[in-house]
Amino acid sequence: MTKLSAKIPEGPISKKWVNHKNNIRLVSPANKRLIDVIVVGTGLAGGSAAATLAELGYNVKSFCFQDSPRRAHSIAAQGGINAAKNYQGDGDSIHRLFYDTVKGGDYRSREANVYRLAEVSANIIDQCVAQGVPFARDYGGLLDNRSFGGVLVSRTFYAKGQTGQQLLLGAYSAMNRQIAKGKIQMFNRHEMMDLVKVNGKARGIITRNLINGKIERHSAHAVVIASGGYGNLFYLSTNAMGSNVSASWKIHKKGAYFANPCFTQIHPTCIPVSGDHQSKLTLMSESLRNDGRIWVPKSKSDSLAIREGRLKPVDLAEDKRDYYLERRYPAFGNLVPRDVASRAAKERCDSGFGINKTGEAVFLDFASAIIRYGKEKAHLKGLDENNLSLVKELGKEVIKSKYGNLFQMYEKIVDQNPYETPMMIYPAVHYTMGGVWVDYNLMTTIPGCFAVGEANFSDHGANRLGASALMQGLADGYFVLPYTIGDYLADDIRTGSISTDSKEFEEAEKSVKNKIELLVNNNGTKTVDYFHKKLGKIIWNKCGMSRNVKELNEAIEEIQLLRKDFYKNISIPGTENSFNEPLAKAVRVSDFLELGELFAKDALERTESCGGHFREESQTKEGEALRDDKNFAFVSAWENKGDPSEAILHKEELIYENIELKTRSYK
Amino acid sequence: MKLKLKIWRQKNSNDKGKIVSYDIENISPDMSFLEMMDVLNEQLTVKGIDPVAFDHDCREGICGSCSMFINGEAHGPDRLVTTCQLHMRKFKNGDTIYIEPFRANSFPVIKDLVVDRSSFDRIQHAGGYISVNTSGNTQDANSIPIEKKNADKAFDAATCIGCGACVATCKNSSAMLFVSAKVSQFSLLPQGKIEANERVLNMVKQMDEEGFGNCTNTGACEVECPKGISLENIARMNRDFLKAKISS
Repeated sequence: MTKLSAKIPEGPISKKWVNHKNNIRLVSPANKRLIDVIVVGTGLAGGSAAATLAELGYNVKSFCFQDSPRRAHSIAAQGGINAAKNYQGDGDSIHRLFYDTVKGGDYRSREANVYRLAEVSANIIDQCVAQGVPFARDYGGLLDNRSFGGVLVSRTFYAKGQTGQQLLLGAYSAMNRQIAKGKIQMFNRHEMMDLVKVNGKARGIITRNLINGKIERHSAHAVVIASGGYGNLFYLSTNAMGSNVSASWKIHKKGAYFANPCFTQIHPTCIPVSGDHQSKLTLMSESLRNDGRIWVPKSKSDSLAIREGRLKPVDLAEDKRDYYLERRYPAFGNLVPRDVASRAAKERCDSGFGINKTGEAVFLDFASAIIRYGKEKAHLKGLDENNLSLVKELGKEVIKSKYGNLFQMYEKIVDQNPYETPMMIYPAVHYTMGGVWVDYNLMTTIPGCFAVGEANFSDHGANRLGASALMQGLADGYFVLPYTIGDYLADDIRTGSISTDSKEFEEAEKSVKNKIELLVNNNGTKTVDYFHKKLGKIIWNKCGMSRNVKELNEAIEEIQLLRKDFYKNISIPGTENSFNEPLAKAVRVSDFLELGELFAKDALERTESCGGHFREESQTKEGEALRDDKNFAFVSAWENKGDPSEAILHKEELIYENIELKTRSYK
Repeated sequence: MKLKLKIWRQKNSNDKGKIVSYDIENISPDMSFLEMMDVLNEQLTVKGIDPVAFDHDCREGICGSCSMFINGEAHGPDRLVTTCQLHMRKFKNGDTIYIEPFRANSFPVIKDLVVDRSSFDRIQHAGGYISVNTSGNTQDANSIPIEKKNADKAFDAATCIGCGACVATCKNSSAMLFVSAKVSQFSLLPQGKIEANERVLNMVKQMDEEGFGNCTNTGACEVECPKGISLENIARMNRDFLKAKISS
């Protein structure tokens, strides 16, 4: 085990980024034209990075597995994006956003990175507005804000429940401008199959054309991985069906360390699982906790009555309801961070208070918000505030204008009207804080290979706050990577274009072809989904919202067996040289089967509880997570040695100079 | 539920293609339409038959990938939803369901229900953006106040997911609703006004070059649009186009 250095610049935290930008090497505009950069993924991080790199003058090759860059899964982000603008005058500042994010991450993120994130956050909003992103506005024509979990200010900018869509379409439009100019060469329906290293440096990738199966070589002077997170390890998650870990995993196997794989975000407000047929879960934005109150009945008999359909939730009297977040965390109430809210829901359901058929759901109730808004509106219009049906109608209009699309989505899936009866929700896998280890410049342990957005690990520690993923994706892509990458590329101005005829490219291509042939020609009997579902069950049951030594060890063993079973019994229909989704999926699942083991191993190694990682052995008397700063104030960065069981742990020590390490309290 | 599925099968873009029948049982009304397709595909795979290819990704109605023509309607019988949000409770036991790709000359079939919609991307390349570089020095976001009414309209236009239901539905295979949504989003905002003339001319030119048909105001696109994009956008684009044509 060695100690890792993140190469954090010297100086006070508020000057680090400015000084660093002033001192890193630049590449002249004339030389940028001689340099190629590959960007894998076109979500917020990849799309914004590709556009900005191209604007700066680099030749960009951009890859996505979807049929258009606009479909990357950032599109599905709902609630909003944080920025320290302090437009509401409620005391927000760069320092406060920095502090909230480090605290929210349960003191497992890197101070210098988080400060930089808070610093550039305001620029993101300016940039997006200039691009024509239609954020929500108030009647004065200025930008509106709302609150998210774990903070006491309103700093979240939003576009109804479609903020991710609008931001992504902004980045996509910036890409389109560069595609039109020929500065970005776009490869849709292409999957990255491997990284190519030449003399130890990242120099290209091998891809598979998903339409005709053609294996292709692409070279560049640097490779940027922006392929998102690995929540689909759990099979059921809020990720898109195609979201995968493969690009990150391939570079891990070529030498990039993988950091904190077990740090997963289980989001508290998702539509509960309804049956075995389910293919994915749907999030109900955290923004709903601005106005929705979470509760279960106080007595188990009432829960049972609701479960069996004998009692309607709206008919249960106020004093028989347990608003457990407001009870346990009076200071933050329904707006506690996600990990806290999720565990509290699990606790109530495990204790027998769950309210749907499976016993795994709690209520998210808008009745009091509807009345509150309705009265405000009635007062404003000079109407009768005591006319309950009028007040309700007016209140519903306000709720509709804020969350209309979310309510519609809920109604379509559950077949219940959430304006009339409370929503049912339960936690589900949503985001992965862990990812490829990167230094301050966002470079991995492979020279020339960078990772941005959810694919890297750097900013969210052990728990991400709401509306921070969009902020990080765009910060990395618009404002950080395009500058830090220059420091590396300054050495490449005389290199000339990289040939794909080298033995390194040939070998990488050959190993990709071998793997595909192995999968296609294996005459097994089980489908890819069979294995993916099994893997997901193991991870959810034994490495999910709470973890213990016994089950983690079992999980490791079971995943190893499942992996053997996969290579023995997988059956893939069709051929390798055609549009073949089961084949594409099999490659992704084969990587999940390796990551899953490392994930459990990482969770086993970290015997403390922190953020979303809850070890049953490490909790307070009240059942809150108990951190162990003395032994675990570090980033776990795993080095690949072939099999996941042989991975070697490296530690990056986390030093807190600006924020005091404290027990996180939202009471 | 027990259903008869009649699905368009086409090996690749050169294949002629045909409708093939499949029987399927034990479908729960709580399943989404695509989950029903998953069940079918698992069954086909086990039997050694090539599963039905279809585009899908987010399965929550926002990415715009899914694109099925179900019983003669883009995204099926329900309103304001994409295929992935359509649930089997909208069908009855014993129903026969016809499933075809989004058809248009500008959307060639790749395989089965998967079509190539890159023509949409090329229209966006022609002008679907505001020319502003990333600098970190753009003016403060609140220095451009925008009337709420226009901000809301721009947002409504911007919610287009680029699925192509409008084209598949239109008897002329017109892409006017799609193109006008982007043109409108920008022409309603002060930031977008600067390049408005050039944008509308270039995007319409590209739309025509891609082979999309003309608009004859039947309004079918608005009815079938999963995001409820309004025909008003087409009217706005026509006005913008005319103005730009005269002043150029």
